[in-house]
Amino acid sequence: MSQEESQVADQHSADAAHTGHPTPATYFKVAMALSILTAIEVGIFYVTQIGYAIIPVLAILSIGKFALVVMYYMHLKFDSKIFSGMFFFGMFVATGVIFALMALFSWFLL
Amino acid sequence: MAHAPAIHGEHEPTTTGLNHRKLLMWAFLGSDCMFFGTLIATYLVYKNKSLEGPLPIDVFDIPVTSVSTFVLLMSSMSMVMAYAWLTRGNLKAFRIWLASTAIMGATFLAFQVYEFYEFANHGYLTPRTNLFGSTFFTLTGFHGAHVTLGVVWLLSILFHSFRAGGVTPEKNLDVDLAALYWHFVDIVWIVIFTVVYLFGVFEGFPGTVPSAAAH
Repeated sequence: MSQEESQVADQHSADAAHTGHPTPATYFKVAMALSILTAIEVGIFYVTQIGYAIIPVLAILSIGKFALVVMYYMHLKFDSKIFSGMFFFGMFVATGVIFALMALFSWFLL
Repeated sequence: MAHAPAIHGEHEPTTTGLNHRKLLMWAFLGSDCMFFGTLIATYLVYKNKSLEGPLPIDVFDIPVTSVSTFVLLMSSMSMVMAYAWLTRGNLKAFRIWLASTAIMGATFLAFQVYEFYEFANHGYLTPRTNLFGSTFFTLTGFHGAHVTLGVVWLLSILFHSFRAGGVTPEKNLDVDLAALYWHFVDIVWIVIFTVVYLFGVFEGFPGTVPSAAAH
């Protein structure tokens, strides 16, 4: 790494400490968490005794993975709330559309 | 990042104080959420409406899809690593992580092509077979198209980085926007993997009884 690159890296480290932005070590830990959650998902899938409880369990695990990526990799935890608003507005509309259509097609009665 | 110091990418003063390009990207991602929401909703409501097989439980191969899911998740990590190294001024590490991301994205696409080929030739499922086939291929096909666009985008940044001044720590917003897009296709797949694949073969769900028409 050149001297100029070292200065940039030092400046960024100071900035990261100031702003609380994640470090590569944090990114790696998040990746490990995502891998473990996926392994649990697939593992639980083969446990036939769990029955209908698998639905909320898989949903929670999936939401956990979703939240980790959005908060740490997409930096929404550290960025402006306006960005979060833009994204979550679309997500809530999408979720509403999914449940509304499912109700409309009597999906919950089947 | 928008509120971070100059190294994160300076921009002209705006009324919101936020970079307009980044705000536009988040608006696009919000709208793309709605797009995939409608495709997932359509898949779910037609899931148990097919008059004949094959059904999800007849064709899905969960172990194979789990591997491709893992590859895509890891590509998100390498993407964020590429961005982190760029902001630290290490272009060589940036290129290595970015190339890794593109390779993992291409690997995911290869898994998808393999899956589609298997479905069509051994599972006898095509978009025209039944409602499940139509909605499944539309949903996963559009996701695959998003991944394809992402791979092309990442490769274009990689090639651009070899030009003098093409990609620099000060001009990291271009990479930041590509990274946001890449992470988005990752979170969409997290939802698809659970809702379409895992719930698809869970026998408690409507329409998961193996079809007699399956081969």
